[in-house]
Amino acid sequence: MATGTEPGTEPSRRKDPARRGASTPRPSGVHDASRAAIAARHLRTDRWWLAPAVTAGGLLAFIVYSTWRAFSNADYYAAPYVSPFYSPCLAENCAPMRHGPNWEILGSWWGLSPALLILIFPLGFRLTCYYYRKAYYRGFWASPPACAVAEPHTTYTGETRFPLIMQNVHRYFFYAAVPVAGILTYDTVLSFRDEHYAWGHMGLGSLIFLINITLIWAYTLSCHSCRHIIGGRLRHFSKHPVRYRLWGWVGRLNARHMLLAWASLISVAVADFYVYLVASGAFDDPRFF
Amino acid sequence: MTELERQQWDVVVVGAGGAGLRAAIEARERGARTAVICKSLFGKAHTVMAEGGIAASMGNVNSGDNWQVHFRDTMRGGKFLNQWRMAELHAKEAPDRVWELETWGALFDRTPDGKISQRNFGGHEYPRLAHVGDRTGLELIRTLQQKIVQLQQEDYREHGDYEARLKVFQECTVTRVLKDGERSERGVPPGRRLGGRVSGTFCYERESGRFFVLEAPAVVLATGGIGKSFKVTSNSWEYTGDGHALALLAGAPLLNMEFVQFHPTGMVWPPSVKGILVTESVRGDGGVLRNSEGKRFMFDYVPDVFKEKYAQSEEEGDRWYEDPDHNRRPPELLPRDEVARAINSEVKAGRGSPHGGVFLDVSTRMPAETIRRRLPSMYHQFKELADVDITAEAMEVGPTCHYVMGGIAVDSDTAATVAVPGLFAAGEVAGGMHGSNRLGGNSLSDLLVFGRRAGLHAAEYASGIGDRPVVDEEQIDAAAAEALRPFSAEEPDAAGGPAENPYTLHQELQQTMNDLVGIIRRAPEMEQALEKLAELRIRARRAGVEGHRQFNPGWHLALDLRNMLLVSECIARAALERTESRGGHTREDCPTMERSWRPVNLLCRPCDDGALPLGGRIELVRKTTEPIRPDLLSLFDKEELVKYLAEEELYE
Amino acid sequence: MSSYEARFRVWRGDTDGGDLQDFSVEVNDGEVVLDIIHRIQSGQAGDLAVRWNCKAGKCGSCSAEINGRPRLMCMTRMSVFDRDETITVTPLRAFPVIRDLVTDVTFNYTKAREVPAFVPPQGVKAGDYRMQQVDVERSQEFRKCIECFLCQDTCHVVRDHEENKAAFAGPRFLMRVAELDMHPLDAASESGLDRKATAQEEHGLGYCNITKCCTEVCPEHIKITDNALIPLKERAVDRKYDPLVWLGNRIRRREAP
Repeated sequence: MATGTEPGTEPSRRKDPARRGASTPRPSGVHDASRAAIAARHLRTDRWWLAPAVTAGGLLAFIVYSTWRAFSNADYYAAPYVSPFYSPCLAENCAPMRHGPNWEILGSWWGLSPALLILIFPLGFRLTCYYYRKAYYRGFWASPPACAVAEPHTTYTGETRFPLIMQNVHRYFFYAAVPVAGILTYDTVLSFRDEHYAWGHMGLGSLIFLINITLIWAYTLSCHSCRHIIGGRLRHFSKHPVRYRLWGWVGRLNARHMLLAWASLISVAVADFYVYLVASGAFDDPRFF
Repeated sequence: MTELERQQWDVVVVGAGGAGLRAAIEARERGARTAVICKSLFGKAHTVMAEGGIAASMGNVNSGDNWQVHFRDTMRGGKFLNQWRMAELHAKEAPDRVWELETWGALFDRTPDGKISQRNFGGHEYPRLAHVGDRTGLELIRTLQQKIVQLQQEDYREHGDYEARLKVFQECTVTRVLKDGERSERGVPPGRRLGGRVSGTFCYERESGRFFVLEAPAVVLATGGIGKSFKVTSNSWEYTGDGHALALLAGAPLLNMEFVQFHPTGMVWPPSVKGILVTESVRGDGGVLRNSEGKRFMFDYVPDVFKEKYAQSEEEGDRWYEDPDHNRRPPELLPRDEVARAINSEVKAGRGSPHGGVFLDVSTRMPAETIRRRLPSMYHQFKELADVDITAEAMEVGPTCHYVMGGIAVDSDTAATVAVPGLFAAGEVAGGMHGSNRLGGNSLSDLLVFGRRAGLHAAEYASGIGDRPVVDEEQIDAAAAEALRPFSAEEPDAAGGPAENPYTLHQELQQTMNDLVGIIRRAPEMEQALEKLAELRIRARRAGVEGHRQFNPGWHLALDLRNMLLVSECIARAALERTESRGGHTREDCPTMERSWRPVNLLCRPCDDGALPLGGRIELVRKTTEPIRPDLLSLFDKEELVKYLAEEELYE
Repeated sequence: MSSYEARFRVWRGDTDGGDLQDFSVEVNDGEVVLDIIHRIQSGQAGDLAVRWNCKAGKCGSCSAEINGRPRLMCMTRMSVFDRDETITVTPLRAFPVIRDLVTDVTFNYTKAREVPAFVPPQGVKAGDYRMQQVDVERSQEFRKCIECFLCQDTCHVVRDHEENKAAFAGPRFLMRVAELDMHPLDAASESGLDRKATAQEEHGLGYCNITKCCTEVCPEHIKITDNALIPLKERAVDRKYDPLVWLGNRIRRREAP
């Protein structure tokens, strides 16, 4: 029989970690002793870091802007426009908005910016949104930074424990986001007045509001939870033809969920900024009619 | 004596494609402890490549369909050379086999009333093919794979071990079927030795290169086809004719190996995808074949027997797509063998496309949107692999080796091989079912029907055998030595001549078969092929490999070469012997179908080295087939039968 | 037709270590990475271990990482690379290596066994199954899976954390759970098996943080995240986090003995 070809009785499964050039003290993940001995964390040659960097930058910019605007408690109403950050206004310390969404539910004890009260809902909705989760897990938390790029963490439990297990409440934020979008729709209707509250007028602000509310609705309805509730949870579509059709429509929107998430994020900031410009007197709302 | 691991099983199934898995499921459900052994990973078998569907006369779309019609279509397709009892069982049992898949979780496309949808296909009178888009083979494999997992889960609940009664040895190769009581008398070829029931298989693990023996009284061969002996093929590397060779070496003869199906339309460009299938539906949906002069050449190739059934002008052919009742179908839709031959002739006459095929064009026949909707996988296949947009330009296509109708001779009812007790065969590796030409869709149903039968009878045989056959140590030593030969061949051997590269030998073999025993055959070329095969066989003994036994593809190929050479010789020898043209076998020097050849089967058996002209190792035996049962014969019109059957067969 | 010499770096080695080796190899028009690997194999390294089968993107055998990205070698055309680019091919880095480009994918077969199989409905004979096309389409999408295991390879849950392999089934097999849960005739719940709950409790659905790499690498373009994993998460929410459902279950449980 030929010699030198007989395989060992038990192939050695473990390797000496010292030979492997791994940088972490306890080799794990792609540097686990059982895996192919490749020192590099990844071998991607494309600009894999670009997408998470842009995502992180964009989200950061929005956070900075919205924090400033939410806490500023000023320049959010310029008849007939109310900033989407401050609508509905649930405290007594709101600027008076005629026919506007002033509901002083919380009374007078609330001394901070009224925006903080209502922003919880859209914030929670977006924070637990399946797209945004992907975006910030990748962009901020590098978990993973990009596909097939090793993440820097030594342990990972995903969404199995508190606090991240709370991501499962996304559906309730969706329920809350629907009335908020309804109120913003109402605001958009109100924006078809002039500064003296006369109906039948339209300015640049109305157009911006119209675009914004369309995107808000598209984003809200394209939500994965919405897709599930509307039909995804069914086992037999054939027995629910209407819901099946709705599910199909939501599905088509859902395919663009990322796009809508960004578009509506930008549009809501633009709408707010427009109100700020008009309210602070830096810009005059051009009226079309 | 070779020290190696041995395990005892009741049934060993070689091959984990549709037939192998179906056999394993049946054997295990009949109580046999069953081992499946396959060259690839579990679930990667060649069956996944099947696109069209599973032929079964369920009558879901056209209620006129029944097993008799299916039987008739199958016999016609095979030009009456089929083992008629197999065709009968196949037609009768196929619907049950398909329905059974649903109870294991398969999800076929549906009709509006919720039944399994069925589609039209060449040679089938009614819509008959159960399908899932164009990935039916994948659905079949996955369903069987998941059924096996389900049985293993059952065993786990009962025995605490998933593999207690059904185990898959993946990435392992069988190199020999072992037999008991067989004395290795010198000079007596394996098939002629006395005694010899199956006692197990000699195998190696591809990953580690370690040898092991599975001792079992019953072995089912389900290893698929032989396409890798040809250069241009739609088959994967696994198709090296292993089962054919294992059977031959164990003493079981092969049947009608000359019948190899060449699919007319395979991709020809780029070289890396040469041979990959272009589905028949392209032509069914309106695609036309043109030569380099832009001519629809198929009109020149309608044989006389088909003259009244096919359109004579392009206008008429075009009208058929809209109004099939009042027009004749275009000649692009002639049977596969006719179209393949026509393409071959055009290329030989210098009217081929730049890369040696002809043009298959849908872009000028249908709007781009329709093409993308009707032929999504073809659109993507050409887009991704050839950078060709089939909505804008023509495809280049040419014949590709697709399927072998011949195979191990088996008993129709039990799938047992005729000469070796305990050895069974099912699927493409078994011969007889499809006669001289297979209909599309009949392959997947064949796997299920005869896979089940093989598993059933193997299990019954194993349980009824009494004493387990004893494994012959001498055979194990011989098998081990044979498997290690490529490593010791590295030095130039005593007989002279340097070590050979197995990859080079394989390429030469493929070229030889392609050029000399390909789609159109001539006696002198086949004689030349036999000489070349003899030369290759001698050189293959010097096929050496470097490295060691762990996952060494060079070594694996060197071992597979033995099988390819054996099978290739069977094909060449049988093709030379059969002096007629029938189905997948076309002789330029004997162009007509002879009724006198209809009842003749050619059996290949191993014989002594050098005892035959041209240094062959295979001898041929003519065998007259059993007459077709009268009640089956009565399913056909007399006028039709006279075309195929000799006078004396008709009036028996 | 034009050919050129390409520079390849192929990982060669086994469990005891290994490294990237350089090869200079001819490339012709229309070739894919697997062709080049085969050329290296037949000319320069006869024992280069590589798994492959159909070479048409249908069997999912030739999975590897090309320039760091998990892909099928048979479906990666050479024309997507620059001619002067060095192309690096390594085995899948989430699984134990066996030799060269071949890895031990046992993990996947182990996980496949842990998902309870289809439960046929009681009292429905073979041949009497009736299902509507719209009802089977969702599961059919998942059944397009060719089990190339690229999604399992790229998923950071196990790729970067070997210790999670015990608890996490991976995208492929969570998708299998979804497929069965959406199967119009699966009778698991009648037999007392709640696939929605087991997805989370036994197959580690919670580990998935929906970063979508599985969807990105899928050669069959299955929307694994959007159509399987997220719907499965929502179904688990139905079971466990919806207060109305929770309340209903408690009341029902109290009513039952």
